[in-house]
Amino acid sequence: MNWLTNFVRPKVRSLVAPKEIPDNLWVKCSSCGNMIFHRELEQNSMVCSHCGYHMRLSAKKRLDMLFDYGEYKRIELPQVKHDPIKFKDLKRYSDRLKDYRKKTKEDDAIIVAHGTLGGMPVVMAAFNFGFMGGSMGVAVGEGIVAASELAVLQEAPLIIVSSSGGARMQEGILSLMQMARTTLAVNKVKEKGLPYISVLTDPTTGGVTASFAMLGDVAIAEPECIIGFAGARVIEQTIRQTLPEGFQRAEYLLEHGMVDMVVPRKELRQTLSRVIGLLCNAKPAGDLIPLDSGKKTKADDK
Amino acid sequence: MNFLDFEKTIAELESKIEGLRYMEEADGINIADEISRLQNKVNKQISSIYNKLSPWQRTQVARHSDRPHCLDYINKLIEDFTPLAGDRCFGEDRAIIGGLGRFEGRSVVVIGQEKGNDTKTRLEHNFGMAKPEGYRKAIRLMEMADKFNLPVLSFVDTAGAYPGIEAEARGQAEAIAKSIETCLKIKVPLICTIIGEGGSGGAIAIATANTVLMMEHSIYSVISPEGCASILWRSADETKTAANALKITSNDLLSLKIIDEIIPEPLGGAHRDHAAAIANAGKVISKHLDELLVLEPDAIHAHRQEKFLKMTRKDTLDG
Repeated sequence: MNWLTNFVRPKVRSLVAPKEIPDNLWVKCSSCGNMIFHRELEQNSMVCSHCGYHMRLSAKKRLDMLFDYGEYKRIELPQVKHDPIKFKDLKRYSDRLKDYRKKTKEDDAIIVAHGTLGGMPVVMAAFNFGFMGGSMGVAVGEGIVAASELAVLQEAPLIIVSSSGGARMQEGILSLMQMARTTLAVNKVKEKGLPYISVLTDPTTGGVTASFAMLGDVAIAEPECIIGFAGARVIEQTIRQTLPEGFQRAEYLLEHGMVDMVVPRKELRQTLSRVIGLLCNAKPAGDLIPLDSGKKTKADDK
Repeated sequence: MNFLDFEKTIAELESKIEGLRYMEEADGINIADEISRLQNKVNKQISSIYNKLSPWQRTQVARHSDRPHCLDYINKLIEDFTPLAGDRCFGEDRAIIGGLGRFEGRSVVVIGQEKGNDTKTRLEHNFGMAKPEGYRKAIRLMEMADKFNLPVLSFVDTAGAYPGIEAEARGQAEAIAKSIETCLKIKVPLICTIIGEGGSGGAIAIATANTVLMMEHSIYSVISPEGCASILWRSADETKTAANALKITSNDLLSLKIIDEIIPEPLGGAHRDHAAAIANAGKVISKHLDELLVLEPDAIHAHRQEKFLKMTRKDTLDG
C-alpha cells in the first residue's frame, strides 16, 4: 500500500468508472412477467399496470397511501424481551432480528400510527411482510395491543392492514399467546362501539388470520391475495389432492362469505373512508384527495 | 402396552416379568421374590428414564396411543355426562366432545378434543383435529355456560385444527378466532387442562382460560416439532433439535408463565396408570375451580383479560 493506491487510484477510478446505474429501475411483475418502470409502478400504488397484480407493500408505503396527505404520527411501541426463548435454528434468532432491522430499518414487523382518513381521526396498524414474513411475535402482539388502546383512548376507529405468514416460530409459545392477546385487544375497541376494520392483504395466514384479522366489523381484502388458516402445502400433504383453482384467494373467501368485499388498492382509501363514515354516521367526507398519477402530494416529499 | 423407542430396557424387563408370571402359573413354583426384585428394577429404570425425558421424548409420551384421552377424563371426573351435539350451522364434529355434566356435584360444561383409541374411533373423531363446526360447537356451549352460569372445563389434546379444503372453505380461521374471542368474553370460570398435545391455534381456541393446567408430560406449542424442523431447518432429521428449541414442555411453559400449574403424572407417565393420572387432574382442577368460584362474574372476566394482557410482556417474563 502506498499513497498512490490509496489516493490516486480511487480518484482515477471515479473519473473513468461508469456512473452507478441503479439496477432496480425496472421491476418484473411476478404475475404476468411484464417489466414495469419503477416510477410508474410507484405511482400506481405497486399495482401492475399490465395485469392488475397487487404487489406487496411495505408498512410505511401502506400508511403513506392511506392517511390523508400521507401524513401521520407513528407511535413508539413498548419494549419487549429480546429473543425470549434463546431460539436458534440454522442461525440465531437474535442475529436474524439484527439482519432484518438493518434491512428494513424497522424494529419489527408492525407500524402503528394515528392521523386522519377522509378527515376522520383513525388509528392504523400495518404489517411489514419484508420483516420475517410479517410474522407475529410478542412485538407485533404489543403493536396490536398498543394500537387498540390508542383507538380506545382517542375514541377513533381502528384499521389493521395484515400481511403475515402467521405466528413467529422463533418465539415459540409466546407467539401463540399473541392470538389471545390481539383478540382481546381488538375486542376492547369493538366493545367501545368503535369500528374495527380488518384489511387483509397478501398473504394473511395462520395465527394472524385465526385471531384479530378475522374479527373485523368489516373485512376488506385486496384482489387475489392469499387468505387462509393452513398453508396450501400442508393441506396438499394432508389430503393428498391438488387444490382447486383460486383456493384461498380473496375472491374465494368472498364467495364463501368470509370477507365483506374485495377492493382494488386504488379504491381502498375511498372505501375505508366511506365505510367508517357510514358506521359512525358521519357526514359524507366529500371527495378524497387522490394520490394517483403525477399529482404531487406531501407523501412524495418524504 | 406399546413401548416407545427409548423404553427398550423397560420393555425387556417387563417381558421377563411376564414370562416369570406365566411360569408361576404353569409350574406352581413360588418365584414371587424374583418378580418383585425385577419389578423394583423396572421401577428404578422407569424413574431414571422419565426423570430426564428430552422434549422430543415428552412429545412422544404426550402422543402415546395408550395415554388417557378426553373421554377417559370425562368418564372418570364427570357424573351425569350429557353430550350435546352440533354447531347449528353445518354439522356435528366429533373431534370436539362437549356437553353438560357434574364435576364434584356441581353442574359444568365440558369441552375437549378426543383423539380416539383405535382405528374406528380415531376416524370417528378425526384424530382429534377439529373442523370449523367443532369450534363453533365449542362457542355455542361456552355461550350456553355463560347463560346458565356454569363453569367450563376444557381438555386439550390435538395435533392442531384440521387442515383441509372444506375446513378452509367454511372458515377455519374465523371459527378459531371466534372461539378465542368467546373464551375471553364469558363471565364464568374457564379452566383448561392440556392432557396430551396442545397443537397451536387448534389448542388455544379452547385454552384461553382463567387457569391453564398441563399434565406433566403433555406439550403445548406454536407448531409441531416436525413442522418447525421442515420449515426452519428444511430437514425432518432436525425434529429433536426443533423440539428442544421451541420450549414445549410443561416445565418450560411454567417458567415462561404461560401456564398456572403442572399436574404430576404417575411413575412412567399417565398411560401406565390412567386412574392415578386422572385423579391428580381432578384434584388440581377442583382446587383452582374453588378459587375462581368465590369471584363475581365481572371479576372472573377481568381476571382472564388481565392475565392475557400481562402475559409475554417484558416485566412479566423477567419478574
